[in-house]
Order: sequence, then C-alpha cells, then structure tokens
Amino acid sequence: MDTRILTNAPYDVEKVRQDFPILTRLVHEKPGRPGKPLVYLDNAASAQKPRAVIDAMANFMAHDYSNVHRGVHYLSQVATNLYEATRVKTATFLNAPSPDTIVFTRSATEAFNLVASSWGGAHLKAGDEIILSVMEHHANIVPWQLLRSRTGIVIKVAPVLDDGTLDLEALARLLESPKVKLVSITHGSNVLGTVTPAAEIARMAHAAGAKVLFDGSQAAVHMPVDVQAIDADFYIMTGHKLYGPTGFGVLYGKAELLESMPPYQGGGDMIQTVTFEETTFREVPHRFEAGTPPIVEGIGFGAAIDYVTALSMGAIHAHEQRLLAYATEKLQAIDGLRIIGTSPTKAAILSFTIEGVHPHDIGTLVDRAGVAVRVGRHCAEPLMDRFGVGATARASFALYNTEAEADALVDAVRAVREFFN
Amino acid sequence: MFDDLRDLYQEVILDHGKHPRNFGKPEAFNRMARGENPLCGDKINVYLSIGPEGVVNDAHFDGRGCAISQASASLMTETLKGKTEAEAEALFGHFHDMCTKDDHEHTDHGHLDPEAVEKLDVLSGVREFPMRVKCATLAWHTMHAAIHGDEKTTTE
Repeated sequence: MDTRILTNAPYDVEKVRQDFPILTRLVHEKPGRPGKPLVYLDNAASAQKPRAVIDAMANFMAHDYSNVHRGVHYLSQVATNLYEATRVKTATFLNAPSPDTIVFTRSATEAFNLVASSWGGAHLKAGDEIILSVMEHHANIVPWQLLRSRTGIVIKVAPVLDDGTLDLEALARLLESPKVKLVSITHGSNVLGTVTPAAEIARMAHAAGAKVLFDGSQAAVHMPVDVQAIDADFYIMTGHKLYGPTGFGVLYGKAELLESMPPYQGGGDMIQTVTFEETTFREVPHRFEAGTPPIVEGIGFGAAIDYVTALSMGAIHAHEQRLLAYATEKLQAIDGLRIIGTSPTKAAILSFTIEGVHPHDIGTLVDRAGVAVRVGRHCAEPLMDRFGVGATARASFALYNTEAEADALVDAVRAVREFFN
Repeated sequence: MFDDLRDLYQEVILDHGKHPRNFGKPEAFNRMARGENPLCGDKINVYLSIGPEGVVNDAHFDGRGCAISQASASLMTETLKGKTEAEAEALFGHFHDMCTKDDHEHTDHGHLDPEAVEKLDVLSGVREFPMRVKCATLAWHTMHAAIHGDEKTTTE
C-alpha cells in the first residue's frame, strides 16, 4: 500500500466509515419500532474495529495460527514472524529506537503494574517520591499505592488549573524535592481531554534527576507520538482504543532502563535455562513476557497500526480536531451545560454536566436517540472531586465520527434538557 | 425523542427526583447508614428514627444521585413511616423483586402494605433497564444496612 498517496488525499470520513462494519447497525430495534442508527461516541472507553483488524485476526486463526517463540515446526515460525512483525510496527508507530524497547503486555493496566512492580520495586525505597497528576486514570494511581504499601514510597500529586491544564508551576515546585525519582503522568486525560506538554515535563523531570513515564492510552490514538522527541523514559499505550483488539497493551522503555529491571512475572517464554537451583532469564523485552502471549491480539494490533498509519495519524488528528471544535461550540451554546476541561491543547474528548440533570439520566436518555456516551467517574475519582462533580457525561470522538454525529449528540442533549425541565 | 422512556421516567419520578421528600439530615435519628454505588459515584445517607417497639417513626435521606435514585429514596422514606422493621424489610424484598424479576418469579415476602406497593409501582419500569436497577435499589440497600447497624454499604 502506498501510504503517501493516502496521506495527501483529503480525509474522506464517509469512505473511512465503510471500513467499520459495526457502524451500519441500528440500536434499540424492537418489533414495531424502527431502530436508531448507532452514534458511537464512547471511543475513549474503547474504539470500534475496522474490517482489516477483524480479518487479520480471523485469517491468522484460519491459516497461520500456532504458538510462538518455541516450536521448530513450520507454523510456529510463521506465527512467530507475524507476531514479532507487530513489535517492529509498534516501534515505528512510536518512533522507538529499536523493537527491543517494546514490551507487549495484556493491557495498559498491566504495563503500569509491570513498571511499578519491576522498576519501582528495584529502584525505589522508603521515602522516595513519585509525582502523579490529579487527572490520572486509576491504572496510574493504584499500582503505585500497592508499591507504597510494600516499600514506603511517597506519592505526590500535581494539580491542574481550572481549565484542566496541568499546573506546571506546581509540578516544578514538587520537583524541587531531591527525593523525586519518577514523574508518572498522563499524555492525554481520558476525562478532560487535556494533552500535556510531554517534552517539557520530561525536560523538567530529567533536570531534577527523575525518570518520566507517560500514560499514552488516550494520546497515542489521537495524535502522532514520538517517544524519542519527547524523551520519554517509559510510554504506555493500549490496543483496544487504537481500533485493535482487547487484551493487548504496550510498554516502551529506554533500553538501559529495561535492562536494569528484574522480571515482572515468571513462567515460560521469559527464561533461558531453568533448574530447580537457578534460572536465567531471556534478554529484554522477552524477559517481561512470561507465558504464551496474546498472539491473535498481537496480530490484530499490528493490523490496527497498519490501518491508522495508512490514514496517517496526522490526518486523523486534524479530522478529530475539527470535530472537537465543532462539537464544543455547539454544546457550549446549550443553557446550563458545563464543559469540564477546556485546555487549549485537547484531544477530541468532551466531558460535560447539565445543571439539574444527573449524568446517569443523560446517558440513559441520549442512548435512546442512538447516541452512546460514557457516564460516571471514568476511573478518575480524584479528578471528579477536583472539579466538584460526582460524575460527568463524556462524548469522545474517533477517526470515523462525523459532524452529523456531533449534531445528533447536541440534539439529544437539548432534548434531555427539555425532558427534565 | 424519548417517548418510550416515559415508562421509566414517569411524572411521579420526575417530580420526586426534582423535589425529593424527607431530604436532609434530621435533628434526631437513631439509625444511619451510608450507601454508595461505585459504578456511578452516587452517595446517599439514610437516617431512621426507630421506636422501642421497632416501628420506623421517621425516615430521611440526603446525598446526590440521578433522578431514579433520588426519586426512589424519596418514595422509600414516604412508605417507611409507620412500618415495623419487619414490614420495611418485606417491602425491600418486594421492591427488589419488582426491579429485577418477572411477576411470576416474585418471592412471597409476607404481608405487604398495599398502599405502599402501589406507590412504589411507579419504579417498576426500571425492570427494563438492567443498568439502572442499582440506582433504584441503592436507598433500599442503605435502609437495610441502617436497620442492621452497618454504617456503610454498597450496591456491589
């Protein structure tokens, strides 16, 4: 496929939509009641899958399936080659210096637990400080709390400004402590949409002698990411939000950091030799991949990377930014609607509340119009407290969403207001 | 746009949701519990005044939640007044069945005050919305915890 031609073509969202079988289905069909077209705006929770991903996984299982990394037989080699090709694609996608810096996990959550347990366990001791931000997903909070109860590390929290921008001055003050060893912060908030200035955060952290980890679960699906340009020590992303399957996550780590880390889990595939007296471990990244990996998911994730790369992440970003601006303007015009998160640098995520209407009721009502949004705390309870809300409704946009779908959301939200008036 | 949602959001529910009765912490109470629905973050406190003979003399609640949970809590406090603890528990059993089971699957909970049953029936539409059942039952779980002296409960 010649990606240059596709990259230069204008973004044809209607054509893109044809790649996603689920987008033609109706919801809430019942005898005697026509269904509503699906308006899927819950992409920050999980994105839909293009035919290319579905087919790649099905074809792999139908034609090329075998376990990887251990057989001498023909299919084992075929499957290993295909699976390892995803590592190369992932390295290219993140502009990592080598495929050996890419560790596959079963989720972004597992990647956080891996870093906290392995790197944190080996390099952090009682009294050492790590800095999180108030807008972190629970996956970037709880593993550190588990480590804290084992080792006595101290967790500091960088605040956000009222518009949801990371408070860099406060971060700088926290970094004045010589005990800070790690800054672990989101590259894009799943609630506010805020995209953080990763390169600047890394520069600040490194100047203070700390390592930096970015949660790219949201950011990496909305915009191009270059882990070398931002000088990330660790970068974590997940497959299912990038139009790939569930059960697949990615940890990028600088080679010297990964080398310094003990295994996370023990088992097959991560060892060199095993005796009951002593076991030696494989090299990085395989040292961190115990057991049969998510092979089929890895094939699907590789196909997902091919898919978004062909469209180009830059073009996807531009399309989503147009949608974000359009939907923001329309939603803001609704009386009593408050958008939570209005940072100048945002991914296409819109959290909002409506005066006098609980987000749960918003969710149930707009769903009847076919509009799927997420309501609740979004695995970010401290952030809800920061903005003084119990919950929000959240519309999150993807590469296949349209202005007409933003209109459907806005119409449904207007009708919600009238319903409860 | 939402005509078929009127079964869930009946006028009585919208009214109780907007203007909940017996809302706020009372000056006097002798049983209290805090309920939480971790799914949506709703939190509710139920305050009961139970007499020496085991009769609920007064019931109040406060906290925040969706229209369904606020209306359910409001209607619950109205129906509880004057009931014995056993009658209150029986109503909870009935209410839970109403929200989660077809009519023929209901368990026999003993004598139920027909007036209370009729009043609570406006919430039966929740049966068609499995994701919202916990909104409707949160107040009742919390009431149950208050009677049994558990200060905290969740819908999980």
